[in-house]
Order: sequence, then structure tokens, then C-alpha cells
Amino acid sequence: MKQNKQWGSKLIIALALIFFYLPIIYVVIFSFNSSRSLSNFTGFSLQWYKKMFENRTMMESIYYSTAIALIATAVSTVVGTIAAIGLSKSNRVIKEYVTQANNLSMLNPDIVTAIGLMLFFSSLHVPFGFGTLLLAHIIFCIPYVMLSVSPKLRQLDDNIAEAALDLGCTPVQALTKVIIPQIKEAIVSGALIAFTMSFDDFVISYFVTGPGVNNISTYVYSSVKRINPSVNALSTIIILAITIVLVVMNVVPLVRERRRKKNEKMA
Amino acid sequence: MKGFRRLLYPYAVWVGAFIVVPMLLVMIYAFTTSGNSVLTFRLTLANFARFFSDSIFISVLWRSLKLAFITTVICIFLGYPVAYAISRLKPGSQAMMVLLVTIPMWINMLVRTYAWRGILLETNLSPEAKVYIGMVYNFLPFMILEIYTSLSKMDPNLLVAANDLGCDNRKAFLKVTLPLSVPGIISGITLVFLPAVSSFFIPKLLGGGSFVLVGNLIENYFVTTGDWNFGAAISLIMTIVVLLSMRLTKHFDYSQED
Repeated sequence: MKQNKQWGSKLIIALALIFFYLPIIYVVIFSFNSSRSLSNFTGFSLQWYKKMFENRTMMESIYYSTAIALIATAVSTVVGTIAAIGLSKSNRVIKEYVTQANNLSMLNPDIVTAIGLMLFFSSLHVPFGFGTLLLAHIIFCIPYVMLSVSPKLRQLDDNIAEAALDLGCTPVQALTKVIIPQIKEAIVSGALIAFTMSFDDFVISYFVTGPGVNNISTYVYSSVKRINPSVNALSTIIILAITIVLVVMNVVPLVRERRRKKNEKMA
Repeated sequence: MKGFRRLLYPYAVWVGAFIVVPMLLVMIYAFTTSGNSVLTFRLTLANFARFFSDSIFISVLWRSLKLAFITTVICIFLGYPVAYAISRLKPGSQAMMVLLVTIPMWINMLVRTYAWRGILLETNLSPEAKVYIGMVYNFLPFMILEIYTSLSKMDPNLLVAANDLGCDNRKAFLKVTLPLSVPGIISGITLVFLPAVSSFFIPKLLGGGSFVLVGNLIENYFVTTGDWNFGAAISLIMTIVVLLSMRLTKHFDYSQED
């Protein structure tokens, strides 16, 4: 009976994973197709990769997505962490105002945030392009960083920072030597969320970017009107890059843990 | 220590400028018509009257809500067994399966949706069916992870107790496991229903333009026709409808807890 149940569970999980990975495998296979077809595999070729590397807009979209995600992550992590520390010490009124505004940003449908920013930039006559795109990404990433850091700050013992100040630390030292080391993990996970949100975003980017500035999402959206198998090659590269990063991130701690346990056993 | 509160001040200004003001702008645009300058605008309900007097707009809104609702229901019924199955595995394999469910979510949403195009291109499915597949594909992982989280927090001794007290497995599931996983289902609903109502690239990519949702309407008025006032009014109506339906779900959550 127990055995049966295990098999049932495994079957359900297997079916779900097939559903999740089918399109991904499909894209990878058809990126090596020798014809334009998306349904008949006619033979192996690398022509779509060659076309991709020759396509300037496509290569630029990879550059823009990566650059914006990296800069937006760096800025929003720093600003978000500082703001979250300030938030944890603030009085009720300002705390409530900032928290509600952050919630508004996170819960609002993306498209509403997007048109809000579009109307905002156009009212100020800011030219749409890299600058507006980057600023928009920073704006929507910060609340997620704060959401990740704030719960950890609430658990901190205030007395430790207080003690640091009593022992002659400047406030900046108390921040960098006492508070930040204690919330390091939450900051890292906030940064990861920010990076994914930025790299994955389509809706907000679509409304605030300008002519000639496409990230991967807006490029794919604009190029689906006609069949363009180079998009398969582009997708394959992204899938490969993300899989490598995720596997390294998840396997390295496992290996480290195993090594630590081994060392403990030997000691 | 109190001095640290000053760290929030710049961000409080930032939030006002970049979150509050843009939202106010959407409202101002929704309650005005084009041709008004910022200084001399006159408030009007014309945009809303136009929306509610045209049955096409109402039917598009209704279709979006229906699509989001059915997508959410499908995600619950497909996601629950998967989450439950994962929670019954050995702890090590659980972490592995969660990772495997998470990996596709890291791949750009547009790229994932594009991937389905090739598979669905030669099938005879209706545009509507294709859109549903794309929606469920994109949102199912959120539902699985939320339900799994609430199931994995459950104390297994509760089931042993239920069995000892005379519940068979089916009854123990219905009386113990399922009620305890309701918070997971609720947060899953938030993560699926909310973005599903306003999604517009999945219908465009997979439905081929013949399946118009409220998100496509907004896009159309902002990008193609340039009637920003009407577009803003549509997004305001959508936001209000979404918030009301979320209130309803939250209410259900609280009545469960009582």
C-alpha cells in the first residue's frame, strides 16, 4: 500500500515536470533545426546561432537585459537595505505610508504601474530610452528588497547595535559592522529577487522603453509577428545560462555542507 | 539608534515621487479627456460612461475575469496533487523537486510563452485553448510552491492523531490536511488570479490577436491609438475589479480561520 502511494506521487510529479520542461526542450531542439519550420525537424544546423550573433538588435537586447538587471539589482539592494533599516526604526505614520506605497507598487497589476510611470515620464518630458527603463526597474525592485530584508531586521536585538554605539562605534560603523552582517543572507536573497524581477520583466519595460532600446522580453514580443527561429537560439542561450547559474548556486552549498560534515566526522 | 530613522527620509520622498505621483496621474488621466492642459483640467466621467455603455468593453472585461478565474481553478486542481505528492517525498528529494519546479520560473516569461508557440502552431486547438495552456503553464509553479509551503509546515503527528482517533486516510485528509493548506491555496490564488486578469502578452502570443483581453485593450489605447485618458480609465476599472475580488478571497480566508 505504502509502495503504491509512493509510485502515485512519483507519477504525478513526473507528469508535472514533463509539462514544465516540454516547451523548454522543444525550443532547445528546434534551435538546431536546419529549416525555418517550428514543427518539422529537418536536420542539424547552427545557422540560427550564426544569424543570432549577426543580428545586432538581438545581441543588444541581451546586453540591455543583463546591464539593466545588474545595475538595477545593485542600486535597489543598497537603497532598499538602507531604507528598510530606516523603516525598522521609524515612527508609525511614516512607516505606514512607506509600507502602503510599497504594497501598492507590488500588488498593483504590472500594466497599471507601467502606464503610471509612462504618464509620469511623459509629463516631465523625459525622453524614453535606457534611462527611463533603468529608473523604472530600480523603482519596482526596491520594494521587493525591502520585503526580503524587513522581517530579518524585526528579529534583530536592538541592544547589540546599542552596545556597539556605547563602545565607541560611530553610527556608520554600527551599521556596517553590526547590523548589516546580521542581515547579510536576507540582503542576498533580496538581491536575487530583484535580479529575477528585472530580468523577467516585460510589461513595465514595454511601456517605458524608447526607440532602439529593447531588452530580451520586448525583443521577443516584437519579433513574434513573423516566424524567426533565431529566437529559439536566443532562448536556448538564456536557458543554458540560467540553468548553469541555478545549478551552481544550489549545488555549491550542498557540496560545502557535505565537506563540512565529512570534516566533522574526521575530527 | 533613533538616528537611523533618518535613513528612511530619502526613500519616503522617492516613494512619493515614483509610486504615489504616477498612480495619481493615472487617476487624473482617467477623469479627464484629452485636450486638457495640466493646469486647466476639468474632471469628467465621460471615459467611464463610454466604457460601461459599450457592450464590447464589458464583454472583454468579463472574458478577462472568466479567463483568470478558470486559470486559477485549473491551477488549484492541477497544483494541489503535485504539491501534495512533493510533500510526501523524502526531505532531500523534496528540495530537489522544488528546485526542478522553480528552474523554469527563472527563464524569462516571454521566452517560456514563445516556447509554446512552436508546439501549438500546428495543432487544431482554438485560440482560447492555446491561451489557457499558456496561462496555466506560466502560473502553475506559483500555485504548487505556495501549497507545498503550507503542506510542508504541517505537523505529521496531526495525521497520526487523526488516525488514532478513528479517521481513515480519506477523512484525515479532508478534515486535517486540506483545511490546514487553505492559507497556501489563498496565497496561490493571489499569485495567479491577480496577474492573470491583466496579462496581455500570453493572449497576444498564443491567441494570435483574435483573443482580446482587458490588458490588450489598455495596450491598444496607450500604444496604438494614443487615447491615454480612456486607457487610464480602463486600467482604473480593472484595478478596482481586481481589488474587490481579492477582498472577497481574503474574506473567505478569514471566515476559514474563525
